[in-house]
Amino acid sequence: MATINVSHARSIDLRTDRARRRRAPLASRLRRHAIGYLFLAGAVICFGFFSWWPIIRELIMSFQKTNFAGDTTWVGMKNFTRIRHDPEFWTAWRASIEFSLLALVFGYAVPFIAAVVLNEIRHARSYFRLLVYLPVMMPPAAAAFLWKWFYDPGDGLFNTVLRDLHLPTSQWLQSTNTAMISLVLFSTWINMGSGTLIYLAALQNIPGELYEAAEIEGAGLFRKLWHVTIPQTRLILSLLLMLQIVATMQVFLEPFILSGGGPEGKTTTVVYLIYEYAFHFNNYGSAAALGFVLLVILAGFGGAYLWLSRRGDEA
Amino acid sequence: MAHYETQTRTLISAAQLSRPRAKAFYWIVLAIFIPLFAAIFIFPLYWMATGGLKSAQEVIQSPPTWFPRALHWSNYVDAWNHLRLSRLLLNTTIYAGGALAFQLVFDVAAAYALSKLRPVFGNVILFMMLATLMIPATVLALPTFLTVFNLPIVHVNLTNSPWAIWLPSVANGFNIFLLKRFFDSIPEELLAAAAIDGAGPLRALWSIVLPISRPILGVVSIFAVVAVWKDFLWPLLVLNNPAKQTVNIGLYELQQGAPQDVFTAALFISSIPMIVFFLIFQRNIMGGLTAGGLKG
Repeated sequence: MATINVSHARSIDLRTDRARRRRAPLASRLRRHAIGYLFLAGAVICFGFFSWWPIIRELIMSFQKTNFAGDTTWVGMKNFTRIRHDPEFWTAWRASIEFSLLALVFGYAVPFIAAVVLNEIRHARSYFRLLVYLPVMMPPAAAAFLWKWFYDPGDGLFNTVLRDLHLPTSQWLQSTNTAMISLVLFSTWINMGSGTLIYLAALQNIPGELYEAAEIEGAGLFRKLWHVTIPQTRLILSLLLMLQIVATMQVFLEPFILSGGGPEGKTTTVVYLIYEYAFHFNNYGSAAALGFVLLVILAGFGGAYLWLSRRGDEA
Repeated sequence: MAHYETQTRTLISAAQLSRPRAKAFYWIVLAIFIPLFAAIFIFPLYWMATGGLKSAQEVIQSPPTWFPRALHWSNYVDAWNHLRLSRLLLNTTIYAGGALAFQLVFDVAAAYALSKLRPVFGNVILFMMLATLMIPATVLALPTFLTVFNLPIVHVNLTNSPWAIWLPSVANGFNIFLLKRFFDSIPEELLAAAAIDGAGPLRALWSIVLPISRPILGVVSIFAVVAVWKDFLWPLLVLNNPAKQTVNIGLYELQQGAPQDVFTAALFISSIPMIVFFLIFQRNIMGGLTAGGLKG
């Protein structure tokens, strides 16, 4: 009882203190703001130099001709017209979109299916969770070089196994038909751990009564999946969908290490092309213009998602 | 995040599963999935480890051998010394540790100010920080690289120094979002009580806010360390001096000259630290995945 009394006394005390603070003299209010800014200073400086200013600079550079030495001239829309007439511009967009779409088929569906299956398994639960997350914790370059070796059409592991099983082999990264899908398979393998574990957590949160109710109505396995599991995980499914599209449209490491953008430029994605413009051709203007187009599209996409999901909440 | 240990009601009920045919089917699925997961997720690690033990000829022969004929431990020694793996691992550890320290100090202080001290225009600053989450990071790599190369106002070049990794890592809108949301949930009364006892904002942060916030600080720390270990494009741009590179960039540069057996040993060595880190912190890491408000 004593503690209650103490806390009661304290709360009265607080009330008077708040009243005092509301009428606090200008000097002490200024002091509070000053301390607040002192605490903010480190992060604000870092954001300023490494986030806010680069965003503005990206915009400025896309209308400039500039070089490493810093000589700049304004060129208006010329950078945009130039990249639009570069045939690589369109193949790069096609490559990024193709990667994103294939990654939707594999990278998006596989973790969800894996999570639904794992959620039903009653044994060796930590074994599965641990294993599926292992590749996420590998340095991506190390994992990519390993897969590049697996994909080798001659002595690579994949073709060796296929040959042993008397199945047709593939040229993997070296054929224009299979290069992109090879990148997506690697990307799915290295990334699926996060998605799987996030879905598993979401599946664990579905109230069991919903399944029981569905069973009473006579729903089979797939009806339960369609009418309970998917609607109950809808929010997380749509959030990860948005995040994955934004991430896969920026794919760089996979084509850079595994395929070098080839064969025949088939896997030169948009971010890869930005890198080439900037660091092979020293053409910062084109790189910035292409980056700006990507920024507008992805930020617009993210904004549309936020707007739609907020509207969905209100409805 | 202990809740995944507990048995919740799932798609298939316990009653359904106890029927003989369902039971048989369940065990068949389990018998397929356990080796399948091992093949997909462990076997690549095995292939790296044993590839690094093969001789130069054996590692590139076709068809490959499943077990090394003789164990060439010298490949690992060569990778460690001649491929300067020791240097790369040390660099990456220093970068990760520094990034962690800077993020903890600057982002925690900022989120605390935005949540509890609330200076004028605090909301504008918060909005500007969170807005950066909408901007694709790869697009900003070029303008940020040019900024780091010649920092405005002070005119210093940060490339090839740890600062090029540490300071940009602080500009992380997601950290601010996670930390501020957590601090918002700490009752105002707790801090007011501390203020009455004469504690200044720093004291209150140190002795009241931080001890309560341990779970979220753990999540932010793990994200910070993992991000440095996994990043590729940014260190590729700012660290071109081989003595300063991270594991990812070092491997990329080494790949041309190194023989396959030693290089495979290098791949395995470079994978070990993070896997050990994962095995130690697995509960925190897996729990942290759902911390980002991803519960919907």
